[in-house]
Amino acid sequence: MNPLHTLSPNIDDWGELGRACLDTLLMLGGALALTVAIGLPLGVLLYLTGRGQLRAMPKLYGVASLVVNVLRSVPFIILMIVLMPVTYVLVGTKLGVRGAIPPLVIGAAPFFARLVETALREVQQGVIEAAQAMGASTWQIVRHVLLPEARAGIAAGITVTAIALVGYTAMGGAIGSGGLGDLAYRYGYLSYKSDYMVVTVVLLVLLVLLVQLLQMLGDRIVARYKRQ
Amino acid sequence: MCAHSAARIAVIRFLDVHKSYRVDGRDIPALQPFNLDIMDGEVFGIIGHSGAGKSTLLRLINLLERPSGGRILIGDTEMTALPEPALRAQRRRIGMIFQHFNLLASQTVADNVAFPLRLAGERDTAKIRARVAELLERVGLTEHAAKYPAQLSGGQKQRVGIARALANRPQILLCDEATSALDPQTTAQVLDLLAAINRELKLTIVLITHEMDVVRRICDRVAVLDAGRIVERGTVADVFLHPQHATTRRFVNEALPEEAASVQAPLAQVAGRVLRLTFRGATTLSPVLSRVMRESGVDFNLLAGRIDRIKELPYGQLILALEGANADAALAALREAGIEIEELPR
Repeated sequence: MNPLHTLSPNIDDWGELGRACLDTLLMLGGALALTVAIGLPLGVLLYLTGRGQLRAMPKLYGVASLVVNVLRSVPFIILMIVLMPVTYVLVGTKLGVRGAIPPLVIGAAPFFARLVETALREVQQGVIEAAQAMGASTWQIVRHVLLPEARAGIAAGITVTAIALVGYTAMGGAIGSGGLGDLAYRYGYLSYKSDYMVVTVVLLVLLVLLVQLLQMLGDRIVARYKRQ
Repeated sequence: MCAHSAARIAVIRFLDVHKSYRVDGRDIPALQPFNLDIMDGEVFGIIGHSGAGKSTLLRLINLLERPSGGRILIGDTEMTALPEPALRAQRRRIGMIFQHFNLLASQTVADNVAFPLRLAGERDTAKIRARVAELLERVGLTEHAAKYPAQLSGGQKQRVGIARALANRPQILLCDEATSALDPQTTAQVLDLLAAINRELKLTIVLITHEMDVVRRICDRVAVLDAGRIVERGTVADVFLHPQHATTRRFVNEALPEEAASVQAPLAQVAGRVLRLTFRGATTLSPVLSRVMRESGVDFNLLAGRIDRIKELPYGQLILALEGANADAALAALREAGIEIEELPR
């Protein structure tokens, strides 16, 4: 007799649970990578075009800022449903891991972009002025001053975004994106198999712990750089 | 020391330059139209209270601030007419140091100093390493190369700033309140380093400050800025010893607080004429005063005085009351000996 079976009599396919776990990890990893790839430049754009900054463009900033705020404030579960046609055009399906990634990225990238913008604003204005006085171009300032100086803040932003994404992936389960959220919803909630719920919650907590472990490692590395 | 001699050429020229800021649709003047020449190899000080416009004036030189009108020339190059890439190339030839140092916190001392070299497109790591070593030795920080700015004292940070500013062998060094965040002893060390750099590299230095003491220690010439106007300019000795404008007098009195206070008190009680005698250079060191007084039979009452240096020039300033019939003859003899005399109002 399997001891796990005694503890959770309703779970008869542990393999399904394992695949769901892997799906969640894939959604998280894929969405996080794309979120950073899109959100980082977007955050730099927001920073540069802001009032009084290096490339101040009030109109562009206004539009970008509005789009970011709208995407950020639509509840994710609604955003996902609204975006379904877009998702279909982008990846050819509305379901599964692939179908989940576009809405995850569209939901998280603006959020991450704001965090990047905030982190960049923490960089001392004087350091940027010093680089300008040395004849640095805007691109050189971004590449060699802003991003390195703000890397602790950006790293923290990636962690916060990753944890938010764990939540989003679980919500995706409600409309067929698979993963742990899907299991928890279908078995744990709709079928009253509460042991499924317990196990998925434990697994999700482990996932968040994993993210935080990564953050701690990241912080260590940053601290080694700066020694403040 | 004789930076104002006619043989020198102007490296920085402001021609009819003025600057105003647009705030809420209105133009707020920061600098009234002015002309100014800064000569090759001199240390030029700009002194003023905060808000007087000195920071704006300094930033006009490398066009971190654009003038609202007029022309700015560095050598033969009209900075105000340059397109962006050419302006960036010019900026590499103008070093700048800052009150709060503005170092990259995420980079080591060596990487901070290498930064302008890399910005200028230098790829050869051996060359960069050699130049950085040379610069760190010049500012006395060789053993701190691998540290991060947060591990250094204020004075050390400013030395890193100076090394960084010199990396691309500039012809001009701009100092933005470079010692205002430092304690007096560290200030003296940093000023000594700047003076040595000026002497040995023949670098033109433009500095802004609100401390007359900084001007007195290392500047050749000075301009006094008050509410966006240059109200006084000249050699430091002239401006410091014979201030004309009220603002200048205030700065000089701040530098000599004990004298300003000590003259006021006894003035009402003494008899005779109250005079300020200024000795410059060699006369400071010879017994002119006692000789003249002895020969003319005039009595004097010493009210206040000091002997100090303006850059390398020794000077003395005495305030005394004269009594005796021969006072005029005595004054003539003193003037003859090269002593400057002002009669103070009572």
